Amino acid sequence: MEPTPRPLSPHLGIYRWQVQMVTSILHRATGIALVFGSLVVLAGLFALAMGETSYTVFQHFAASPLGLILLLGWTWALAFHACNGLRHLFQDAGLGYATAVFVRNGWLVIIASLVLTILIWAWVIFGGAL
Amino acid sequence: MNDLRTPLARAHGLGSAREGMRPWWLQRLTAVALLLLGTWFVVSVLLLLRSGYVAAHLMLADPLNAILMIAFTTVLFWHAQLGMQVIIEDYVPTRWLEIMLQVLVRFLAVLGALACAVAVLRIALGY
Repeated sequence: MEPTPRPLSPHLGIYRWQVQMVTSILHRATGIALVFGSLVVLAGLFALAMGETSYTVFQHFAASPLGLILLLGWTWALAFHACNGLRHLFQDAGLGYATAVFVRNGWLVIIASLVLTILIWAWVIFGGAL
Repeated sequence: MNDLRTPLARAHGLGSAREGMRPWWLQRLTAVALLLLGTWFVVSVLLLLRSGYVAAHLMLADPLNAILMIAFTTVLFWHAQLGMQVIIEDYVPTRWLEIMLQVLVRFLAVLGALACAVAVLRIALGY
């Protein structure tokens, strides 16, 4: 079957990188990453429903070096997708479209996502000591 | 929310079907729900981090937490399907492949949401 004749996006290579496109691309990329993260939520709930042994195995996997790296990645992906999603909701309401504001909010979202990730992992690492 | 077409476009018979705004609106609706439920989920996970099976099981056995968890996972898979739908529409140019992927993603999203609900109910109802 022939491909649907739809306009194609300009190739990324012709653009100078700027924060507007970075936040847009990251929103989709983190969205896809979080789809796989939702399967971990499913696995965790199943492990809990199946009993103590399976839940302990799940916790063991989550606390392994690979598990922690993946969870750190998903934490940031969730933080970014949530912050930028909130920004999108404001944009849907017609707010924040002036170029200067648009660029500022892009950086704001990136910084907020990093701060949220640091705060959450500060709790993960030091939470038990408090 | 049904019709954002201009009068001229409507007169030409152009634009989407009457329900064309529905996925867009649902994506926003599920996004707002996930901002609230997702915050609850992250806080809950952080509080259960250092506890074992018993604490997590007790937490989900509470009816309020069970309801919130089922709401969270259901809306999560719904929002995931809506997001994947847009991505597939944008990046899969071959029509038959696009439709197959759209159907597959919908099936998997419903299965994921149902599986989560069954797991939570099994815990909450004490089976």
